[in-house]
Amino acid sequence: MSIDEIKATLEKALPGAMVEVRDLTGGGDHFQVVVVSASFAGKGLLDQHQMVYGPLREAMGSEQIHALALKTFTPEQWERYGT
Amino acid sequence: MANDVQAKIDQQVKKNKVMLYMKGNPQFPQCGFSAHTVEILQSYGVPFQTEDVLQDPQIREGIKQYSNWPTIPQVYIDGKFIGGCDIVSELHERGELEPLLKAAFEK
Repeated sequence: MSIDEIKATLEKALPGAMVEVRDLTGGGDHFQVVVVSASFAGKGLLDQHQMVYGPLREAMGSEQIHALALKTFTPEQWERYGT
Repeated sequence: MANDVQAKIDQQVKKNKVMLYMKGNPQFPQCGFSAHTVEILQSYGVPFQTEDVLQDPQIREGIKQYSNWPTIPQVYIDGKFIGGCDIVSELHERGELEPLLKAAFEK
């Protein structure tokens, strides 16, 4: 799965989200993903990560994505994280 | 068959205060994420049980169904699914992992 495909899949599933994807090894199966979405507000980390894994489930299950390091933020958290 | 696996996992998760499903074992982790999770748990000095999913394909698939979580490692504290490497790392950095462990071992 390509960086663009992951980005597009997540942006479709979480409208308005900011999605950043990096290929960690260049091999196209180890990724780092940062998602900033207002829909994470009021949810625990477990739920936030589930919301990102959900749309990628098939790719992760088939080992198209072998590893995915994930960080999730609400826009407010992202603001604080960046400063 | 599938039910047996789920029952086995359920028993492991409930019997052990801290249960880690990982690739490899704490001495020889077979994946960077598993290794990192082991390091974090070891830093608290609490006992934890591990299961090497690479030794058992049924557990490897079964654990993903059990928690509805697509990746390994998976950490369970006091019978409850906590998360994978990213979440455990974040809880560790925020200082939220220690109270969870403390509560489990004080019971």
